[in-house]
Amino acid sequence: MESLTLLVLVLDSTLRLSAPLVLAALAGLFSERSGIIDIGLEGKMRGAAFAAAAVAAVSGSPWAGLAAGIGTSVLLAMVHGYACITHRGDQVVSGLALNILVSGLTAVLGIAWFAQGGRTPQLPGEARFLPLEWPGAAALRDVPVLGALYGELLSGHNLIVYLAFLAVPAVAWVLYRTRFGLRLRAVGENPESADTAGVPVVGQRYRALLCTGVACGVAGTYLSLAQSAGFINDMTAGKGYIALAALIFGKWRPVPAMLACLLFGFLDAVAIRLQGADLPVIGEVPVQLVQALPYVLTVVLLAGFIGRAVPPRALGVPYVKEG
Amino acid sequence: MRDREEPLETTREAGAPAVELRGIDKRFGAVHASRDVSLAVAPGTIHGIVGENGAGKSTLMSILYGFYRADRGDIRIAGRTVEIAGSEDAIAAGIGMVHQHFMLVDTFTVVENVILGAEGGSLLASGTARARGELERLAREYALEVPPDARVGDLPVGLQQRVEILKALYRGADILILDEPTGTLMPQEADHLFRILRRLRAQGKTVILITHKLREIMAATDRVSVMRGGRMVAHRDTAATTVAELAELMVGRRVLLQVEKGPARPGPELLAVERLSVRDERGASRVRDVSFNVRAGEIVGIAGVAGNGQGELLEALAGLHPAAGGRILLAGEPVSSGGPHRRRRGLAHVPEDRRRMGLVLPFEARESAILGYHDDVRYRRAGLLDWDAVSRDTEAKMISFDVRPADPRRITAAFSGGNQQKLVLAREIERDPLVLLVGQPTRGVDIGAIEFIHRRLVAMRDAGKAILLVSSELDEIMGLSDRILVMFGGVVAGELPADRATERALGLLMAGAGPGAGAANEARRAS
Repeated sequence: MESLTLLVLVLDSTLRLSAPLVLAALAGLFSERSGIIDIGLEGKMRGAAFAAAAVAAVSGSPWAGLAAGIGTSVLLAMVHGYACITHRGDQVVSGLALNILVSGLTAVLGIAWFAQGGRTPQLPGEARFLPLEWPGAAALRDVPVLGALYGELLSGHNLIVYLAFLAVPAVAWVLYRTRFGLRLRAVGENPESADTAGVPVVGQRYRALLCTGVACGVAGTYLSLAQSAGFINDMTAGKGYIALAALIFGKWRPVPAMLACLLFGFLDAVAIRLQGADLPVIGEVPVQLVQALPYVLTVVLLAGFIGRAVPPRALGVPYVKEG
Repeated sequence: MRDREEPLETTREAGAPAVELRGIDKRFGAVHASRDVSLAVAPGTIHGIVGENGAGKSTLMSILYGFYRADRGDIRIAGRTVEIAGSEDAIAAGIGMVHQHFMLVDTFTVVENVILGAEGGSLLASGTARARGELERLAREYALEVPPDARVGDLPVGLQQRVEILKALYRGADILILDEPTGTLMPQEADHLFRILRRLRAQGKTVILITHKLREIMAATDRVSVMRGGRMVAHRDTAATTVAELAELMVGRRVLLQVEKGPARPGPELLAVERLSVRDERGASRVRDVSFNVRAGEIVGIAGVAGNGQGELLEALAGLHPAAGGRILLAGEPVSSGGPHRRRRGLAHVPEDRRRMGLVLPFEARESAILGYHDDVRYRRAGLLDWDAVSRDTEAKMISFDVRPADPRRITAAFSGGNQQKLVLAREIERDPLVLLVGQPTRGVDIGAIEFIHRRLVAMRDAGKAILLVSSELDEIMGLSDRILVMFGGVVAGELPADRATERALGLLMAGAGPGAGAANEARRAS
């Protein structure tokens, strides 16, 4: 019983910690499947988290915050598109530049607007996305196993967590069952073929980046309005890069990418549990070592445990008509 | 040879041309790619367009298909003037194009490729269902069978090309443009393609066939137009012209299509290959137990459909790829070590892919011209490269091999394909090697340059050298070789003396249907 509770608790926080990764990975999927490298997931998340917290703090509405988060992320995605699609700039450089820009801007604006060392004000409950209790969860709480699974694991998350996991089959459906998805994959694999078949490559790539912006905006908003109660500097902590790693690990497919995100989330959850815990034989595990686990895993997985990941063929290559 | 079962354009002379171009003019900067070109293609005919590389054929078709806008001139489809600003407009006007390099998404299935851009709604399900039905109908009507759910990247080239044709027909194309469609096909596949084209013509479709292979023009077209230097220089009824006349019109002077060569006077054996086997990077067997020899003063040709081990054989002989077994003897002495050592012993190699292996495209011509021979004493002064000597030497080579322009400082990539190829040949042949390995010597090379390259190879043979020629052009193999080996599935499926080799006999061997086919098929399965 004891170990079941522990397991449920770890899995429960796995879901919470994976949700932003899943959203960011899906965001990256749209961009990269259309042939645009998106190393700027991190910056877009950070920008969205800041904008959402700032607007929610001022307006008191989480929905206004969400809109601001999405708007900011979409704007950044369009700047990336303008540099990479319209002007055929280097996609990695543009993404990095945006990351650096956002990291500086959020700090500067945060200090200028709120004078709390770059933080946004602590948000009250009504300005956030709070956990949703499922009907009957409280009543079932004392039922063994079912209570833990339904009451703890499934119920009691905020809206965005459910949204993130429902988005996975939705994105898969869009990608494989709709015209939009077919064209998205075509411009990412062979833009010339798409062009000669009458598919406008530039427009299709911009639309893909629009989707990236929206999903990434939700992911960023989650960090500041659901997981925490406000924006803290460096709250993204490399989640954008980890989501990118999960996307590659999942070979640019929605469900495997989600599974990779869950793995990273699980490690994170375990790491939090292990902090300060005395393990048999090893003794107390240093916090730094535990916290480094997800990042170490990223490197190890990408370095060779996954076999060769075959990216979309036109990934990173600007489309020049009649080159 | 010529198929006369269907009625020709004589019965369809009434009415406007299917395609009419009037006074098309196009410049790219200083290059005048199309000069006042006019062309009329009668409906329900197969119309050939021939010309050397850079003659303006592709530019003209790109204008018709909406890749470029013409600076001046009109396009009329079935008598009506149309504006074609992009591929969408061309498709809407009923024009379909089969590109030389297929415009297919390799990771997509056949059906996905066919519906891309013509999905018929924002959900794929209904479009996919419709495409399946339509594909079945087209398959019956035009002998265009393709497995609809296969990944396109897994299909052989011939089938990929059918997917391209199906794409165009699915969009309702009445006018089909094919750009160099047989470049990568084996003879049987090409025959099948021409059968498909005749069926299309019989159904009233109009076909424009762009090619540099004059034999195909003679076999498949009703009418032919010749381009040279951006101009349309002649229109002929195919039945009223000859290969020689077309070649002369294309080049602007008389061309010898058949290589003039006397009988071979073979001397001692210079290259001997004994039970050579080669495996690729993944360990799959590519060449199995191949044995043959090449004597001084003879050209031995290796025919075969690309991918049957010829490329690996050539690379193993040149020392670029390790052999998995067997021996190679050069002038009677076994060679053991790698490529550079073999080159010093008189083995020269003109690789199949000049752009990837034969040259460094961003290099100046003089740098490309000494690749592999850069340590020669002639190019050395005080431990450094003597660039003046390199330039002088390169210029001399360029003049003797008619590389134009003969400018040793010009960037390699700026030369045309034929001139690049002549540069590689100059580098290897001017070394006066004992044995020359040469792969696809005239791929992507103009008729005029082909003639030159063939003459140099024959001259080298007559000077008592041994030449091993790998080519996928049967004409070239039959025209140059003294003996012909056919490779299929990594083994030598047969050997024929040149005077007894017919296209049919070689084609059968290439398809694995020759007398030795059992063993070859066995080998292919085992690998």
